Amino acid sequence: MIPAPFSYRRAGSVAEALDLCTEYGEDAKFLAGGHSLLPLMKLRLAMPEVLIDLGPVRELSYVREEDGHIAIGALTRHHDLEHSEMLARVLPLLAHAAGQVGDPQVRHRGTIGGSLAHSDPASDLPATVLALDATLVARGPAGSREIAAADFFQGLFETELEPDELLTEIRVPVPAAGAAGWSFQKFTKRAIDWAIVGVAVQGSAVALVNMAGTPVRAAGVEAALAGGATPAEAAAHAAEGTSPADDINASPAYREHLARVLVERALLEAQSV
Amino acid sequence: MIGKPLRRVEDLPLLLGTGRFAADISLPGQAHLRVVRSPVPHGMLRGVDGRKALSMPGVIGVWSAADLDLGPIGFRMVAFPGMLPYRQPVLAAERVRYVGEPVAIVLADDPYRAEDAADLVELDIESLPPVLDQLQEPAQFDDQNDTEALLHEDGYGDVGAAFAAAPHVVELTVTVGRHTGVPLECRGALADYRPGAGTLDFYGAAKVPHQNRLLLAGLLGLPPQLVVLREAHVGGGFGVRGEVYPEDVLVCWASRLLGRPVKWIEDRNEHLLAANHSRDQVHRIRAAVLADGYITAIDDEFWLDQGAYVRTHAAAVPTLTASMLPGPYQIPAYRVRGHVRLTNKTPAGTYRAPGRYEGTFARERLIDAVASSLGKPAMEIRLSNFISPDQMPYARPMSALGTDLEYDSGDYALLVGKAQARFGLAELEHGLAARRALGEAVGMGCAFFVEKSGLGPYEAVRISVDQSGHIDIITGAGSMGQGFETVITQICAQELGVRPETIRVLHGQTDQIEHAMGAFASRLTVMAGSATLIAAQALREKALAAAARMLEASPRDLELSDGAVRVAGDPDTGISLAQISEALRPDQAARWGLEPSLTADGWHTTDHMCYPYGLHIAVVRVDAGTGQVIAERLLVAYDVGRAVNPMLVEGQIVGGAAQGLGGALLEEFRYDDAGHPQCTTFMDYLLPTRAEMPPVDVLITEDAPSPRNPLGVKGAGEGGTTAMGAAIAAAIDAALGVPLGVKELPVHPEAALRLAKAARRESTSEPGGA
Ligand SMILES: Cc1cc2nc3c(=O)[nH]c(=O)nc-3n(C[C@H](O)[C@H](O)[C@H](O)COP(=O)(O)OP(=O)(O)OC[C@H]3O[C@@H](n4cnc5c(N)ncnc54)[C@H](O)[C@@H]3O)c2cc1C
Repeated sequence: MIPAPFSYRRAGSVAEALDLCTEYGEDAKFLAGGHSLLPLMKLRLAMPEVLIDLGPVRELSYVREEDGHIAIGALTRHHDLEHSEMLARVLPLLAHAAGQVGDPQVRHRGTIGGSLAHSDPASDLPATVLALDATLVARGPAGSREIAAADFFQGLFETELEPDELLTEIRVPVPAAGAAGWSFQKFTKRAIDWAIVGVAVQGSAVALVNMAGTPVRAAGVEAALAGGATPAEAAAHAAEGTSPADDINASPAYREHLARVLVERALLEAQSV
Repeated sequence: MIGKPLRRVEDLPLLLGTGRFAADISLPGQAHLRVVRSPVPHGMLRGVDGRKALSMPGVIGVWSAADLDLGPIGFRMVAFPGMLPYRQPVLAAERVRYVGEPVAIVLADDPYRAEDAADLVELDIESLPPVLDQLQEPAQFDDQNDTEALLHEDGYGDVGAAFAAAPHVVELTVTVGRHTGVPLECRGALADYRPGAGTLDFYGAAKVPHQNRLLLAGLLGLPPQLVVLREAHVGGGFGVRGEVYPEDVLVCWASRLLGRPVKWIEDRNEHLLAANHSRDQVHRIRAAVLADGYITAIDDEFWLDQGAYVRTHAAAVPTLTASMLPGPYQIPAYRVRGHVRLTNKTPAGTYRAPGRYEGTFARERLIDAVASSLGKPAMEIRLSNFISPDQMPYARPMSALGTDLEYDSGDYALLVGKAQARFGLAELEHGLAARRALGEAVGMGCAFFVEKSGLGPYEAVRISVDQSGHIDIITGAGSMGQGFETVITQICAQELGVRPETIRVLHGQTDQIEHAMGAFASRLTVMAGSATLIAAQALREKALAAAARMLEASPRDLELSDGAVRVAGDPDTGISLAQISEALRPDQAARWGLEPSLTADGWHTTDHMCYPYGLHIAVVRVDAGTGQVIAERLLVAYDVGRAVNPMLVEGQIVGGAAQGLGGALLEEFRYDDAGHPQCTTFMDYLLPTRAEMPPVDVLITEDAPSPRNPLGVKGAGEGGTTAMGAAIAAAIDAALGVPLGVKELPVHPEAALRLAKAARRESTSEPGGA
């Protein structure tokens, strides 16, 4: 469980990170909190030749209110999201979901940008930003571009990001007055684990954790809600269009069942907020 | 001092960060060993190509079975000769039999380079279909043997007649999954062979250093006295750590080959593939029952998945399973047939309450089945089948770990009564019923068990006092963190009337004392504790004899207290142990006709074990939507004969309960259909954490001291684990209202959900049901 040999570079700023990335090209990987990348390297499932450590890039750690949306720096740690007073007020779903990630140690190291860029469908924050209709900002040698959360996640460990692009910011629209209800339901065997299935609800937007190769919106549920269905009726559609994995934690049928149960609980809780 | 919750004397170095675990020990010039392991579950090994690895910087060499001239690893206990063909070779030679099996070793000047190079060793393996199920008919193991390594048959009484005459026969099949003890510290070994001197020092030993010295010396062809095993701090044992494994032999072999120290530190991934697995038994069990619930016979057949080889424990687990299965009940007739079957999985050995966790699960589920088929409360069935105090000592005509199975003492019904009163079980059940009426799936389950402890045949202790009055207690037994040093310090301090701070315990060093058995089978407080008492008594006699000369008094008029000898009734005459030690120079001692040094040896020997017992109670809630089982409370009542340190007994019980809960709800080594292990990191091998572990209420009683040792103690190492699986299973049944729903551990949420659904179907299909 010792990683394969690699070289290590520190980036002090976004510009420096991008320069280093241009220098090393496809052999390099960004290192944020390291809590997804380093375990993979220790198992030698990832063997980057160069690590570009983003740790010193302080400029990307922030939560700011801008007009109509909340801007979050990609290197903001889960712990800081969890304890942000502004998020607690304006985006409690995100603060709460960040507080459900792993354990305190993980939350003190892991970053939202790392979690999104890693694109593990079992992670909590990808589905959360999907439910929040967030926009992700990427910066590359050619400048910045915006990517809708719905387009960002392409598959397990695959995103819309180019290898030489850095995720810099996550922009989340402030939920409309009528969409303030929220809930985050995460089913795990142990408190510390990744979700076997999870659900993020904001208003009538419903996104699922670990029900497909990417986080997905529960389109059937959303359509039913739009048609005036009760939470129980809408939740019956939770597994529609999903393709849950079969692994040691759960069979697909069990995951589908969990999705229905958790969506119903989430909708009921969101209603009561 | 005895009976007091003295704080652990061994903690200071750990708290100060000056503990030394295997990985902390290094020697100049050491080389680092990395094991190349089989990536396939079963296959013919056609070749090992180390050329690429050899070309890497810092690589010293690559070796495989063809280079070794070593026999397979032998047995340490319950060594049935029929199992010899199934011993594990140090490196796989012709066949690989499980993923993780050592096939080659790489030595390098640095552990990173060793691991990089090991990745480049190419193995040519022709895959064979794996055997993955102990219930399938035995397959071919090698040319002469099939995969049933042992059919262990035992029992007594006329089982056939009992079943023929029984008005009720209750039968069920139950399974305990594959899981094991997972110490916080992985294994590690550092071997230092000195050419010229011909000595071998081995650091990283644990548990049974003296026994392992014999095994290692035998394998390497060295005189045992030239081989010294040294135990450092050990981060947990649980039965798994401290056995002789291939890696232990490999570091010694490589050190001798290279003439330099060789170090190997296991990583977690390796640990989960390479260290002993355990449990994994299927039981088909039947009871012959009279109308009043009295069980006249039990007939059990079980199948144990031994994994790929039979390791040092040989037949320990199956024989213990068989002999301890009847537990606290009379059971006039009993028959057991245990099939030890080899598969292509990591080999299995003992783990905290080996054979008893499984057997207790089978038996207590059987009791629950008897109760539900007779429509009586399970506790009533237990009480009417208990061995009564006036039947003690109670001999069951079988043997356990080579000793006659004879329970020494016990009053099982008394413990049940005390637990009911202390824990308020009636009110607790009342509260749960009220919650159930409101729709919650909550329930309580109980399971009773007998443990065994204090296995002989001997343990030795030497106590010696230096010229400053400092006392060393020397024992060869191991300390794996269980608090053993504190316990024997308390015993010695009480007997000699000295402060615990003046005592140090030296353990697990084979050059310090000639004889030792080691730390397993909940035996140390009984065996080394008693030896300490006996050695301290001898030391006291010697101190009095020397002081008598110094004071010109009769030893009969002297007393030892507060570390000094005084003439009784004359507080001014005190001579300290330090002064006596100083006085016992060889010349002076010779003049007095005494042996020099204020030192004494003590042995405790026994042919019998002693048998503590307990009651486990679990309260669980099942989320009927998801199937998640949440343990709300665990309660343990345990009679330990006499608790030398009640705080440590409680610590053992709580830790053991966590492991029992892990096996009941979370921990399981799974394999896919091709035989590849699925649980090779802590992401997939799920240990309970603080969040899953509810508070544990512990009631320790001392109603049945053991007549078999001078302290009256029984062991406490395993009693937190033994019946936890059975109690949690019963609690889930109660929560869901499905008698005998749980037949398989661990209970995954998906399985609990199936039960919950079955329960709902049942209740809605009832005539008049909602
Ligand atoms: C024990 C444990 C438990 C965990 N439990 C959970 C859990 O319950 N739920 C959950 O959601 N997660 C969990 N995680 C994962 C954790 O949340 C990680 O922190 C997170 O997934 C990755 O963030 P990171 O900052 O550590 O990224 P890193 O590991 O540093 O990087 C991950 C990947 O993203 C890339 N990357 C990082 N930052 C950027 C960026 N700004 N731009 C472009 N690419 C980037 C890296 O190159 C790498 O490929 C757990 C982790 C551990 C170790």
